[in-house]
This record gives sequence, C-alpha cells and structure tokens, in this order.
Amino acid sequence: MIELLWLIPLLPLLGFAINGLLGPRWLSTRAIGGVACAAVLIAFLVSLGAVFGLGHLDATAEAGRPGMAVDLEAHRATLTLWPWLLLGKNAAGVDLRVDWAYALDPLSAIMLLVVTGVGSLIHIYAIGYMAHEPKPDFARFFAYLNLFMAMMLTLVLGATLPVVFVGWEGVGLCSYLLIGFYYDRMFDEETRMSCADAGRKAFITNRVGDLGFMLGMLLLLSATGTLDIQGILAKVGGLPVGVCTAAALLLFIGACGKSAQIPLFVWLPDAMAGPTPVSALIHAATMVTAGVYVICRMAPLYLHAPTAMLVVAIVGGATALFAASIGLCQNDIKKVLAYSTVSQLGTMMLGAGVGAFGAGVFHLMTHAFFKALLFLGAGSVIHALSGEQDIRKMGGLGRHIPWTYATFTVAWLAICGIFPFAGFFSKDDILWGAWQRSLLLWAMGAGGAFLTAFYMTRLYIMVFWGKERFGHEARHHLHESPRLMIVPLAVLAVLSFVGGWVGIPSSISPGVPNFLERFLAPVFEAHGAGVVLQPAEHSPGLEVGLMVVSMLIALFGIFLAWVFYDRRPEIPVRLAESASGLYRVLLHKFYVDELYGKVVLAPYYALCRASAWFDRYVVDGAVNAAGYLTLGTSYASVGFDSYVVDGLVNLAGYTVRGVSWIFRKLQTGIVQSYATAMVFGIFVLVSVYLLALRH
Amino acid sequence: MPVPATHLLVFSLLLFSIGMLGVLTRRNAIIILMSIELMMNAANINFITFSRQLNNLTGQVFSVFTIAVAAGEVAVGLAVVLALFRNRDTIYVDQVHIMKG
Repeated sequence: MIELLWLIPLLPLLGFAINGLLGPRWLSTRAIGGVACAAVLIAFLVSLGAVFGLGHLDATAEAGRPGMAVDLEAHRATLTLWPWLLLGKNAAGVDLRVDWAYALDPLSAIMLLVVTGVGSLIHIYAIGYMAHEPKPDFARFFAYLNLFMAMMLTLVLGATLPVVFVGWEGVGLCSYLLIGFYYDRMFDEETRMSCADAGRKAFITNRVGDLGFMLGMLLLLSATGTLDIQGILAKVGGLPVGVCTAAALLLFIGACGKSAQIPLFVWLPDAMAGPTPVSALIHAATMVTAGVYVICRMAPLYLHAPTAMLVVAIVGGATALFAASIGLCQNDIKKVLAYSTVSQLGTMMLGAGVGAFGAGVFHLMTHAFFKALLFLGAGSVIHALSGEQDIRKMGGLGRHIPWTYATFTVAWLAICGIFPFAGFFSKDDILWGAWQRSLLLWAMGAGGAFLTAFYMTRLYIMVFWGKERFGHEARHHLHESPRLMIVPLAVLAVLSFVGGWVGIPSSISPGVPNFLERFLAPVFEAHGAGVVLQPAEHSPGLEVGLMVVSMLIALFGIFLAWVFYDRRPEIPVRLAESASGLYRVLLHKFYVDELYGKVVLAPYYALCRASAWFDRYVVDGAVNAAGYLTLGTSYASVGFDSYVVDGLVNLAGYTVRGVSWIFRKLQTGIVQSYATAMVFGIFVLVSVYLLALRH
Repeated sequence: MPVPATHLLVFSLLLFSIGMLGVLTRRNAIIILMSIELMMNAANINFITFSRQLNNLTGQVFSVFTIAVAAGEVAVGLAVVLALFRNRDTIYVDQVHIMKG
C-alpha cells in the first residue's frame, strides 16, 4: 500500500473541498461530520497500510508505481509525483529543480501515524463538542480541520524542503483560521484581546520564525545546490561548519516559531482562543511539534553544527523550565495546559539539542497522546460546566463526570512521568540524553519535570477533587459528555498508558531491544551521522538510577501539590502573600507580553504612526501641492484665454462691426436718396470733365 | 424759319430737369414713373433734334424704339407698383425701405 502515499494528504484535502464548498448549504450536520471523519480515518488506514508496507520494504516496491524510489539501507521510500519548480541552472551549472515528492521513512511514519491517528480521534470528538454550533460554522470548522490535516500531512511527508514549507505555511494558516474561529468574540476581557487578535498574534509571531526557515532553506540551496532533503543531508558533511551552523540556526528560528520556544512562544497561550479540539489537535499534538520534527529530519545537519545543537538544547531546556514556572500560577484550565505544552515542547527540543533525536521523537509521540487527552478532557470539563474555564470555579467534578475523570487521571500520570505510563519512558529517554551531555541540561529538564508534576497535580486537584465551587446554574446543567466524545478519550487513555512501551530502554528490560530506537536508527544514522554522534557509554545501572531519581522528583512534585492544594490550602495563599513579588511575576507570565509590547510593538506602532504622519503630510502634501499647482496654472490659463485670446478675437469683431456701422448707415433703403447720390455723382463727373479735362 | 436747335436743346434740358426733380423729390411711385416718362421724352427730343440737325434718320428710328421700350417699362413699373400696394398698402417709396442697412 506504500504506492498509495500520494493519497494520504489528498483525502483530507478532498474532505476540505467537499465541506468547504458544499457543507454550509447542501450537506446536513451529520454528513459534514461524516465526510470530515471519513477523510481522516481513511487517511489513517492508508497510512497504516503504507507503514506496514515500509516494514516489509523491498526493491519490488519500485515497480508498484512510476516515480517510486526505494532506499533499502535508509529504509525509505520516495514517491516523486511531478517536477514542481524548474529553476534552471545555477552559477555552477547545476540544474536546480524541485520535485513535488513524498518520502516515507521511519521518522515520517511515526509522525504520519500520530497525526492521522490522533487526528481521527479528535475529529470524532469534535463532532460531539461542536454539535451546538450553527451549521455554517460547523461546516467551516470541519473544512478548516481537514485542510489542516492535509497541510500537516504534506509537511510530514514532504521529501523536498519547499514541499515541507508549503505544509509548514499551510498549517500556520489553518492555525490562524481556527484560533480566530470565534472571530466575533472577546478572548481576554482584561487586555481587550479578541479571538481574531489571538489568531493574528499567532500568525505574525510565526511569520518571524518562517522568515528564518525560508532563509535557512535558501542558504542550504546556495550551499548544496539542491532542495531535496536527502540531497542536502548527503552533502552537509562537505560543508564548512560555519555554513552548517548558520543554516541550522536559521531553521531553528523557524522551529522556535512553530514549536513555541523562547523567544517566540507568546502566541501559543493565546492560541487557546480556538475551540478546544483545535487546541488539542493543532496546539498540542501535531502542528506545534512540526519544529521538533523538522530538526529531527535535518538531524545530520545539526550534528555537523555542534554550536547550533547547544543553542537548541539551551533554548529547549530554558523554555521547559520557564513555561513550567508560568504554568504554576495560571487559573485558566486551557492556559495551564498551553504553558504545559510549551514546556513539553522545550523538553523535546532539549532532547533534539543533546543529540537524542530518537528520544525527542518518542516524547513527541507520547506527548501527542497524553496532551491531546488532557485537552480533550479539559474540553469535556468545559463542556460539562457550560463553558467555564476558570479552575477556581471548579472542584469536586470527579463524582459527576467519571469517564472524563478516569481518562484525565491517566493523562495526568502520563505527563507527570509515572512508571509505567507513556510519559515516563519518553521523558527519561530525553533526560538520559541530557545527562550524557551535561549536568546543567539534565537539571533543566528535571526541574521542568518537577514543575510539570506540581502544576498538573494542582490542576487535577482543583478540577476534580475538593469542594464544589461552581454555582447553582452550572450545577444544574452539569452532565457527562456524549459517547462520541468519551470514546476518543478512552482510546487516547489507552495510548497514554501503553504508548511508552514501544520505547522501553534495554537497561530495564534486558534482552528486549528498544523497538523505537531500532526503528528510527536508519534515519538518524544516515549520511554518516551516526559516526559523528558519539556513541553513548552504556551503563545500565546509571540509567536506571537516573530513572528512579526523576521519578522521585515527579512524585515529590505531586506530593507537594497534594499538600498545598488538598491538605493545607492555606499554604499557597500564605506563600503568595509572603512572596507576593514573585507570585505577581509568575501570574503575569514574567511580563513577557508586556515586554514585547514595550520593546517590539511600541517602537513598531511609533514607526507606523511616523509613517502615517509622513504619508499624510509629506506624501499627501506633495500630491496636493501638485494638484494645487495644476489648478493654479489652469486658472491662469483660463484668465489668459478668456481675456487675452478671446479679447483679441472680440476686438477684431468689434472693429469690423464698428466700421461696417458707418457703411451701413449709407444704405437707407430709400431709392430716391440713391438716385440723388447718382445725380450728384454724374454732376460732379461731368463738372470735372468740363472744367478739368476738356482742353 | 425753322426752330433753331439750341431752343430745342434747352427745351429738352428743361424737360429732363423737371423729370429729374420729380423723380428725386416726389414720394408717390406713380408720379415718379410719370417723371421718368418726362425724362425719357426729353431724351427723345434730343435724339430727334440731332437727327434733324445732322440729316440722319437713325436718331428718329432710335426714338421710336425708345417709346416702345418706355411703354413696356411703364407696364412693368405699374405692375411693380400694384404688387407693392397689395403687399404694403402704400405706394409711397419712402415708406418702403426694407433694404435699409
């Protein structure tokens, strides 16, 4: 089925076309949901088939379809569909061309299954969640969601950087459209931010990163003469380290935007303005991991640029710690999860930065499961409480929505990293990688994990345990979500539980090799990269010891939160009072938005105002001056015309009339006067003749 | 004794002058026509006088032609006056000055 690779992004695109064109007017709500889910589910099945085909890859696959190329060593099938951009020859005489091509290898296979699998579940969930929307909005929502799937799959499968970039921009667009889905509603009353503003913020912040991605792409093009990903990676070994570092850092700027790393993370918390399934699909499970994916995809490039890797690791670790500390004091259930996502993405970046690409991808996968589950669970809670998002107005919900409670518990344990839930294995894989690099990086990751355990437990307790703090009205409407929403929760809960078992390190299960590591090895060891990456000195005892330590850290975080928010609720209050400065800083998210407002936006607005002033007074002034000048000239011209030219013409007329007046008076009309004149004339003529001429 | 030519010429001159004065001073178109007749007849007398004086019959023949032409002229002139009267209710020439500039 690997030859049907081209079908995978096409199916959701078809769903987008059907729902977008026909949905609002011609299809029923049921049909809209059916089309959208079918498109993604079939894509998931085709993906399963394709990945299965990848597992049994042999040379015969090449015969399956023209344009199919198989690389058995790297375990990769590339399907070239058509030549896309033919750029001619460059200065060196190399023919530059970009194909529209898809590639399936273990890395894209994992992404493919995560995106289509989690995507399918969220699509199904969304039918229930969005059921109360009016039909045109319902159709619009699913059209956008399907378009997002198509773009995300293009990103994942793209075999050339421009194809990846198309997907990259496409998911950014869909993210913008879906964040601003309730474009006429207010998102944040305090800062007067509408949902449309939140969408714009996400889009523009991503634009900064996309510029980096674009520049990195162009730098690689000029350095290697190709945009084919494998073609580039095959040549990075011959490039100067400086070029590699520059390209890697530029691509990392792009990844920072998409994956919400410092300093471009500010858009993700506000992206929660979108409907909750969108937060789950785009802003937790799939799109935001695209940055991590691209870095892992370009792993050989990064391995040739150690400085860039160090930057990735430090930024990732710092983001993990920073975002987690903000998460401690947030009161909006989705905001907590958003900062948690930023923090977890930082952890993945940390993994990629220390060279543990496999661990990064592993965490990407498990995170997709449990964070999607957390968001969907949060959506279920919000749904149950008729739209309430403030966790201070929740509490004691465990009794009322048992399914949500149970699945949320699994996700909570998974994100805290408790053995044997999924998050445990992936997080410890990253921490192990970080430990091998430096103690500081490990401490950053472990600190992030501690804070994560703390704030997730706080969230969990405040939502599901303790006193019921919601009002009578909310209590009256309180209900468990419909089955359509519960089933995806249950499936994701199972995945959050067992999902980590594909990457059980051999140190705790001697004899059983790490399946995921072996599966991904051909990708990260390609192009001689495995030689560059120092093989880790393997000491199973140390690895197990670190696991125990990190688990104890997580348990301590949980215990502390339990004491703070369940046993002795007065402690956090007193703590907030005694360290009110720190508390305020955390509550206001380190004033990053305010800082950006002062440092970036204020000068920008000032520039805008200056430009507007320049436009209004200088440019418009010049234009108006030209206008007035023309007007003045025309007035002068009119004056000259009507007084000088017309005057001359009239003068000629008046002269003729005046002269003719004299002659006219001779014509009396009385015949006798003419006769008199005639007689007088004859008299004169005869007189002259007689007097003067007759001699 | 035959009448000397000078007398005839003076007579003719007087007659022509009377006719000319009539043409120049009278307002009535019919009288003007009559004055024109006088002037023409003065001219005829001139022709005949010189015809007798020079023993040449051409002048007398010419005067017969002139009388014939004068008869036609009067016919046309009276027709014009009649048409004028019909259109303008007047035969005073000073009241008909539509060709005034």
